[in-house]
Amino acid sequence: MISNDVNVILPELVLVGFAMAILMWGVFSKREIGAQALWLVSALFIVVGAWIALTGRGTDAAFGNMFINDAFGRFAKITMLWSGAAVLLISQPYLERAKLMKFEFPVLVALAMVGMMMMVSAGNMMALYMGLELQSLALYVIAAFNRDSLRSSEAGLKYFVLGAISSGVLLYGMSLVYGYTGALGFASITDVIEAEGLPIGALIGLVFIVSGMAFKVSAAPFHMWTPDVYEGSPTPVTALFATAPKMAAAAMITRILFDAFGGAIADWQQILALLALLSMFVGAVAAIGQTNIKRLMAYSSIGHMGFAIMGLAAGSEAGVQNMLIYMVVYVTTNIGVFAFILNMEKDGRAVTDISALSLYSRVAPGRAFALMVLMFSLAGIPPLVGFFAKLYVLQAAFDAGLGWLAIAGVIASVISAFYYLRIIYLMYFGEPTEALDGKIPMLHMGMLAASAAAMVFGIVNMFGVEGYALSAARALLG
Amino acid sequence: MDNLLSLVTFFPMLGAAVMLVFLRGEDEMAVRNAKWIALGVTIATFLASLAILAQFDAANTDFQMVEEHSWIAGMTYKLGVDGISVLFVMLTTLLMPIVIGASWNVDKRVKEYMIAFLVLESLMIGVFVALDLMLFYVFFEAGLIPMFLIIGIWGGKDRVYASFKFFLYTLFGSVLMLIAMIAMWYDAGTTDIPTLMDHTFSSDAFTLMGVTIVGGAQTLMFLAFFASFAVKMPMWPVHTWLPDAHVQAPTAGSIILAAILLKMGGYGFLRFSLPMFPVASVHMQDFVFALSVIAIIYTSLVALVQEDMKKLVAYSSIAHMGFVTMGIFTFNKQGLDGAIFQMISHGFISGALFLGVGVIYDRMHTREISAYGGLAVRMPVYALMFMFFTMANVGLPGTSGFVGEFLTLTGAFQANTWVAAGATTGVILSAAYALWLYRRVAFGDLLKQSLQSIQDVSTRERVLFVPLVLGTLVLGIYPGFVLDLIGPSVDALVSNFNHATAGMADAAPAVASH
Repeated sequence: MISNDVNVILPELVLVGFAMAILMWGVFSKREIGAQALWLVSALFIVVGAWIALTGRGTDAAFGNMFINDAFGRFAKITMLWSGAAVLLISQPYLERAKLMKFEFPVLVALAMVGMMMMVSAGNMMALYMGLELQSLALYVIAAFNRDSLRSSEAGLKYFVLGAISSGVLLYGMSLVYGYTGALGFASITDVIEAEGLPIGALIGLVFIVSGMAFKVSAAPFHMWTPDVYEGSPTPVTALFATAPKMAAAAMITRILFDAFGGAIADWQQILALLALLSMFVGAVAAIGQTNIKRLMAYSSIGHMGFAIMGLAAGSEAGVQNMLIYMVVYVTTNIGVFAFILNMEKDGRAVTDISALSLYSRVAPGRAFALMVLMFSLAGIPPLVGFFAKLYVLQAAFDAGLGWLAIAGVIASVISAFYYLRIIYLMYFGEPTEALDGKIPMLHMGMLAASAAAMVFGIVNMFGVEGYALSAARALLG
Repeated sequence: MDNLLSLVTFFPMLGAAVMLVFLRGEDEMAVRNAKWIALGVTIATFLASLAILAQFDAANTDFQMVEEHSWIAGMTYKLGVDGISVLFVMLTTLLMPIVIGASWNVDKRVKEYMIAFLVLESLMIGVFVALDLMLFYVFFEAGLIPMFLIIGIWGGKDRVYASFKFFLYTLFGSVLMLIAMIAMWYDAGTTDIPTLMDHTFSSDAFTLMGVTIVGGAQTLMFLAFFASFAVKMPMWPVHTWLPDAHVQAPTAGSIILAAILLKMGGYGFLRFSLPMFPVASVHMQDFVFALSVIAIIYTSLVALVQEDMKKLVAYSSIAHMGFVTMGIFTFNKQGLDGAIFQMISHGFISGALFLGVGVIYDRMHTREISAYGGLAVRMPVYALMFMFFTMANVGLPGTSGFVGEFLTLTGAFQANTWVAAGATTGVILSAAYALWLYRRVAFGDLLKQSLQSIQDVSTRERVLFVPLVLGTLVLGIYPGFVLDLIGPSVDALVSNFNHATAGMADAAPAVASH
């Protein structure tokens, strides 16, 4: 029933339709409509997110199981849409100042969002790959969006070349899996594995698939692109990279591992455990020497993805639930941090060196306080929500018999605490330097404050995210 | 009142929130308001905590005034006190007004300073009243944040180094405990501390990577908790963060650190290690004894050669904490009573000593012992008070210091004569460094030109010393105030412990030999 199928992917279709319409409007309009387009797209994200949140019930499949709309997919989509909207909203002043406010930017973000929504809802290798490429191509372009900047172009090119390689690896893995199981649909692959176990060729394919996807979530040892791309891209793009696509990639890995290879958990558990271990330590150790806050956040994201993958490595319902909670907390924190970074300016020029934060608490006590809360939360110090996020995944890993990984994780978190503390140290008791400019738009201040407040008050009940994540995990493993 | 404990725990934080929201600016008015609000809040907290003491029934060895609400992830928000924890709560609430009073001369970011201390007070009380494993961990670790800022922002010259060392050292100790807590949670299926105390964790030996682990899972969990509490205590050889932190911290920070934060380690041993891992505790007894005796003798010797007064008092604190760990691991009533008593008494004495150092530091801005001499000439009242606490630190009969040391030594003597003999040497050494310090600072002629115009203690400082002097004296003359309160709970702890370890003598002959 085609009408039924269309109903299931209506949110995606609406987004695509809007993106196209805005593209046309932008092309034919006499004026530059960047700002209006940006507001429209972010409003659309919020509305579509709310729509999914309010109307989504149960599990529907469309187009012969190519596309699955279940609680897991909806959880990821809502997180991505709302974080995407938040990032777009806080990008606006920066883009204006950098003269990058072109209507193509929100259009590309909207298309990337459609790709991400496709990724997390895919029920078939082909659908998954389509979604992934739609997302990636849009992101390659916006990484190089500041085309007059050598760094930005370099970032886009690096991202493109390495991303293409990883896509190739992923495709190769998919072809191996297809060759040995004769199936592309996740459900069919599961049937084959249940009937005759995982063929050795498909296992090799699985390794390639996991490697390709590890690139997308920037897990070590496939993380090399992350610092350069984070540093080179315009800051709003970095903020976007750090939020929605991370959630999408993590959800995509989860979907493929549990939906398609759920019968072979023992085969991929060790691979993921190794990825988690390496990511946590690379993220913790490599960030120590960084002085550029964007690079620092890049390594921080590598370390955090390590923790999220630890939850996945548990291979259990609790593991998936806790990974989702971890990602939501991580995304929320990053929105606050980037709302701050976007306003790091001296004499109207963007600054990314962390030494510029010296004694920032004198310039703007409120903002310094909020950033301090976020940094402690990223470091996983109680009583902030970041600690509970870590506690959840550690618990899942421990219960799954990965005690050694949990121990490694906490050691890595102590190492990483050092560089988060360094930012706090600079703000509160560093050497006096030339201060940053003190102004910040109300919207950014609001985002920063809301994010910090969420880290403090979330400990009461995690705003109910726990329950939603549980039903998402149930839908996936059910 | 049903939620008295929550009220006492969070009232200081509420005060901090009020200050954060309503106090604006750095002018004289705002500074004065910040100080008075902080003082008022801490005194009110102390008065409220008296209600806890009034309601507390010493004969009842169960947890009292229990509050319980469900929380995220299957954890509970559960508070309660028993004979072991109630006095630590009282110690905290009593010392906080003194700490605020000792900070009256702070001139940098006063509002933030007071907020940090109030938040810290809430977290410290929380540690002692938490009856949920994770809630305990949250309070235990969260204290690092305000302390990091207190040392970092208001500390001395090398404050950056000291604050990082303090933070990372204690964090590293604690995360291993976190893993052990998750293991316990997994094993027992709950994070409720009273239930966990009744739960028996496996103590069957097993082999891990070729090493036989005597005491099995209990030993591993014990070691993980030990890593955290030993750093917090601090025990030799993981004590090195303490002198740095003390020297760099402002006076009030030092008082908090020595008088209350160090006690969290000892409290942890009493609340977790002994009741939950009794078999492992027996296996580890000799190890802890060895570390304690080394700490007592070694740090006393180190204290002898210090040139910085705060460092000297810091090393003396480590030595006194050695008595505490020794007393706890005797597993008998005298030892445990003595350990708790010693912690309370050390809270008063070390607090007073750091306050004393702070008084002359405020005047001369140096802590070098060699910069002083003959203070008794110009500051008779100060010299008297400082002498009183020096003597109490040495353990002069009549002061609370004596009771604690005597009881722990009695307990140790029953458990292991050599340990008691070694520790007693530490008493002699403590007399040496403390009296020598006093001689160099207070006695002799007033030769230094810079000291000619030094002022004796002001009324504010006198008021601060009064409760500390009273506490030290009263507990020294009538230790029953403390011992009657903690007695039944300690009895229960000892009998449960003996019950849990009965029959071990056959299984582990190495332990039974002494």
